[in-house]
Amino acid sequence: MKALLIAECRDGKILDYSYELFGFAARLSADVAVLLVGKEGELPECGGAVYLADVAKYGECNPDQHKLVVLAAVEREKPDYVVLMHSSYGWDLAPRVAAGLKVAQLSEVVAVAEDGFELPCCSQKMRRKAKPVGSPVVLTLQLGAFPAVKPGGSPALQRIDVEGEGKVEFLGYEPPPPKGVDLGRAEVIVSAGRGIGKKENIEVIAALARVLGGEVGASRPVVDSGWIDAGHQVGTTGQTVSPKLYVACGISGAIQHLAGMKKSGFIVAVNKDKEAPIGEVADVLVVADVMQFVPALTAKLAK
Amino acid sequence: MKILVCIKQVPDMESRFRPDASGVWYSEIDMAFRVNEYDEYAIEEAVRLKEKLGGEPELTVLSLGPDRVVEGIKKALAMGCDRGIHVQDSASQLKDPWQIASAIAASARGENYDLIFTGLQSQDRGSAQVGTMVAELLEYSCATTVIGFEYAEGSVTVKRELEGGLRAVVRLKTPALVTCQLGLNQPRYPTLPNIMKAKKKEILTVPVSELLHEEPRTVMAGFYAPAKKGTGVVLEGDVADQVDKLIGILKDKTGLLR
Ligand SMILES: Cc1cc2nc3c(=O)[nH]c(=O)nc-3n(C[C@H](O)[C@H](O)[C@H](O)COP(=O)(O)OP(=O)(O)OC[C@H]3O[C@@H](n4cnc5c(N)ncnc54)[C@H](O)[C@@H]3O)c2cc1C
Repeated sequence: MKALLIAECRDGKILDYSYELFGFAARLSADVAVLLVGKEGELPECGGAVYLADVAKYGECNPDQHKLVVLAAVEREKPDYVVLMHSSYGWDLAPRVAAGLKVAQLSEVVAVAEDGFELPCCSQKMRRKAKPVGSPVVLTLQLGAFPAVKPGGSPALQRIDVEGEGKVEFLGYEPPPPKGVDLGRAEVIVSAGRGIGKKENIEVIAALARVLGGEVGASRPVVDSGWIDAGHQVGTTGQTVSPKLYVACGISGAIQHLAGMKKSGFIVAVNKDKEAPIGEVADVLVVADVMQFVPALTAKLAK
Repeated sequence: MKILVCIKQVPDMESRFRPDASGVWYSEIDMAFRVNEYDEYAIEEAVRLKEKLGGEPELTVLSLGPDRVVEGIKKALAMGCDRGIHVQDSASQLKDPWQIASAIAASARGENYDLIFTGLQSQDRGSAQVGTMVAELLEYSCATTVIGFEYAEGSVTVKRELEGGLRAVVRLKTPALVTCQLGLNQPRYPTLPNIMKAKKKEILTVPVSELLHEEPRTVMAGFYAPAKKGTGVVLEGDVADQVDKLIGILKDKTGLLR
């Protein structure tokens, strides 16, 4: 069995999570070849075939041409699996590759089952199993679902050059919005999720944060709705935090939120839904209405 | 100018999900359905563009699924779309992204849409494939994870959201398809007069069999709750009691409270 792993570069550097691709290949006991649109000075630390397309020519944000590069490597390697991360790069590129090959794609694989793959669904509350038909199969992997593995060795470099126009013109990167608060240093963070219901209720969350001597965090919908500014957002597209205590109020526990807070020392979740995925990482899950529980907790602590 | 918006209906994510009789997807019994959150951003962005261009573009909304999805189409019409297409499929939940994309592309082919808006992913399936595959099938330019959108004279400039809040700015020539990410805009609530007006708008019904001639690339094989790690304490019941118990635990375990 052979897997073609599509590593990822940003600003000329291989992204660390690319090594999770090797962890997945090890789980399948697959032989690997790697493809990278990058540069020679920045090759993955592994043996075996490494296909390199020059980033100076193809750019980092040029999915149509990256697709052609992947198809060329597939042609040479004839892999059973083409594997990408379920990242902004991976989910942008994978369906193009799957459509180009007219083959199955399974998105956000979290585990290998006996006869298929496990995928999260219903906002991570459930799992489903899917079996691909035909070959090769394009897969994207959930970030963090498989261990990062650096196999070591020296790559056997093979260059790839394709002809063809890209339809997407990359104009440049724009930095993230400035951080309003440095949540990274807070000992206690009390975070508001969509479950708080409306903007005015931020104050209820802030009051609890004050009695605990902490800062206010937020999930993405709270920021998107304009209830609080973007500097408070915790998660993959916000800040990564690790306070001693994290209190998640009305937050469901989507993977992108968990990625930003699951290293917290002690996690308390307040959610009216006992089955909310946040329960998976919480040390204590309080099954209650936030607007009843949080004021009661604040009042008792303030005494 | 012609614009297409593709939307899906999904259950409220706070529902309790149970397997259906086939065991490979959820039972719809007692489920309340709504428009997929990501698709609401797609509708809103298309309507804003139409308004910005003085109402000139014709805005079509398409949804594939059983008869209940007409409710979603009506919402989009009330938000400002001009006409609807219902691709009728009582077994849409069993179709894979490739099939759904093929059916949508078949409907769009020959219509010469200049722009297509879809959500980044659906909240229930979460595959993030359909929009991009539609673009591939139609040979449109395509950008995903869009959190900023500008249109000027046949060219679209978008911001794509990458990890860590970094954005990539890219330009696309029309015809183009964009998949919309959370936070792109603030979707409007349909007003009562617009809900009334929407009732008069046309909804075309097309059986999926007229559009879809592709076999599935993936087979659904199971649907279940993830294995619980079950390490945490669950506090249920009376609020005052929960408060006392939590304070006790925090004193014990965190050293933050005295
Ligand atoms: C590419 C990408 C990047 C993303 N980046 C981030 C990110 O950085 N950070 C982030 O947070 N999200 C991010 N998201 C969004 C993420 O997928 C979820 O949509 C989001 O985290 C959900 O926020 P939430 O839990 O507040 O809301 P919901 O998922 O709507 O959950 C609300 C929760 O509140 C509970 N609830 C409702 N009412 C009450 C009540 N009265 N009392 C108690 N509980 C109640 C519900 O049971 C539910 O569990 C990203 C998504 C994508 C696709």
